[in-house]
Amino acid sequence: MSGELPGRELVIQGIYLLSSVCFIFGLRGLSGPEKARNGMRLAAFGMLLAVVGTLFHANVVRFDWIIAGLLLGTVIGVVIGRPLFISVPMTAMPQWVALSHAAGAVAATLVGINEYMILGATTPKGTMGALGFEVLLGALTVTGSVMAFGKLQEILPGRPITWPFQNIGNLVLAAAAIGLLVAVVVNPGWTWAFWAMTAIAAVLGILMVLPIGGADMPVVISLLNAYAGLSASAMGFALDNNLLIIVGALDGTSGLLLSILMCKAMNRSFANVIFGAFGVVSGGAAKAVGAAETREISPDDAAVRLAYAGLVVVVPGYGLAVAQAQHALRELTDLLEKRGVEVKYAIHPVAGRMPGHMNVLLAEANVNYDRLFDLEEVNGDFERTDVVLVIGANDVVNPAARTDPSSPIYGMPILNVDYARSIIVMKRGMGSGFAGIENELFYNPKTAMLFGDAKQSLGVLLTELKAL
Amino acid sequence: MHLTIVIQIYVFVLAGIVGYQVISRVPPLLHTPLMSAANAITGISLVGSLVAAGSDHSTLSNVLGFIAVVCATVNGVGGFLITDRMLKMFRRDARPRR
Repeated sequence: MSGELPGRELVIQGIYLLSSVCFIFGLRGLSGPEKARNGMRLAAFGMLLAVVGTLFHANVVRFDWIIAGLLLGTVIGVVIGRPLFISVPMTAMPQWVALSHAAGAVAATLVGINEYMILGATTPKGTMGALGFEVLLGALTVTGSVMAFGKLQEILPGRPITWPFQNIGNLVLAAAAIGLLVAVVVNPGWTWAFWAMTAIAAVLGILMVLPIGGADMPVVISLLNAYAGLSASAMGFALDNNLLIIVGALDGTSGLLLSILMCKAMNRSFANVIFGAFGVVSGGAAKAVGAAETREISPDDAAVRLAYAGLVVVVPGYGLAVAQAQHALRELTDLLEKRGVEVKYAIHPVAGRMPGHMNVLLAEANVNYDRLFDLEEVNGDFERTDVVLVIGANDVVNPAARTDPSSPIYGMPILNVDYARSIIVMKRGMGSGFAGIENELFYNPKTAMLFGDAKQSLGVLLTELKAL
Repeated sequence: MHLTIVIQIYVFVLAGIVGYQVISRVPPLLHTPLMSAANAITGISLVGSLVAAGSDHSTLSNVLGFIAVVCATVNGVGGFLITDRMLKMFRRDARPRR
């Protein structure tokens, strides 16, 4: 990179710089819903610039494969992916994002493999290290993402799959992959080490995702996102391409930051998510609630209570989305607002199967985003809330997280719904939550239970409300 | 250590810091579109893929590059379209709140 750059290289670098700026300002647009769409258009333009700049590359001498690849990729993306942009429900988004990760990671892996096959034993050590990381992370992301897709799409069982010596086995494999990476850096001529590393990374991707349960998927998908980004960055190091390094780093931070946020929202460490196989062993013994009774409420009583409230806060959980009851809920809250009731939606960060998933699910049901409040924004409001309507949520409203140090979820940030004047919990039956923990909220004297399927119950509530 | 590598590390670290500053301002409301956007921009591997597909090393190189270009394009095009669909759904109410 020393000396005078040839004119062609100068053009490429100029275009790449512009492209990087587009990506950064594009992501900046996501700081608010008003600017977000334009931001993404800017990022897409940055991608276009990146392609155009690359076509000037000195090593690009034939365009037949390039044109065919771009055309086929666009056709697959637009035509086969068409339902995704129109009709596929937002509940299914996490698995499609996972699959898309896999596609991007295939590209990174193949580019790395190709580069190594060209350079072989003559690969400089620095380049070899970067190529090794690129392929290691790439292969891991490919198989890991496909597994995540399979689990979320319910082709594979969503529950954690465990086997003896799982964690130790995975750690040994990870150590072996890194050992082989070091070996091939020391001696780039050892092709066997390169291929063995790639194969182990691919196997590790599968074994890492198998033991992870459905509710931990947000962390895993974010983590795979980070790996894909770092793989792209490594490609940038190997090919001496700053644009790849920059965009890969942006991607990597985004994935890392989101996985950290998700872990914080569950009050668990990374290690615990990856090695914990949550949901199999449901931790410490739940505090016995004793012979406490729950109180049931009839739909007409519930309707009256909601209709004459000043402030109603709705707490939707993933159970709501599973029952596809978001639209019914929105109709109900529309009606309440028409009667002059103030309505807020309280969104816990882990509600759903990817970070922020519940917001999109409600936006899809035409809930306006100024009604959606995250944990910190809404927790101060519960003391002045007349009725909290909990639908299909359990652990995120369990006061044991605040009060009971022996509880497995102790310390997890929760929605303090028990501070409200009254609580209505809509629930299928008395089953316990995902973590298998008893919820004392249900036995609180302020709580009334409305049993039944969320969609049906909301329908009945709606009818009762209209009749008032 | 080669100067190139030093510069690369500078770029990587500074881009990571810019990324942290930008991403930490994204509200939880938009975390799913953010994830989808981050997924779309992973399509940047297209840059390396294009060079492989357009080189004159060997047919194998071209074929690997071609597959990589297809995958990266699907990733990028699909990612941006899905993100746009999500963002389109975020609407706010014109009615004033009490």
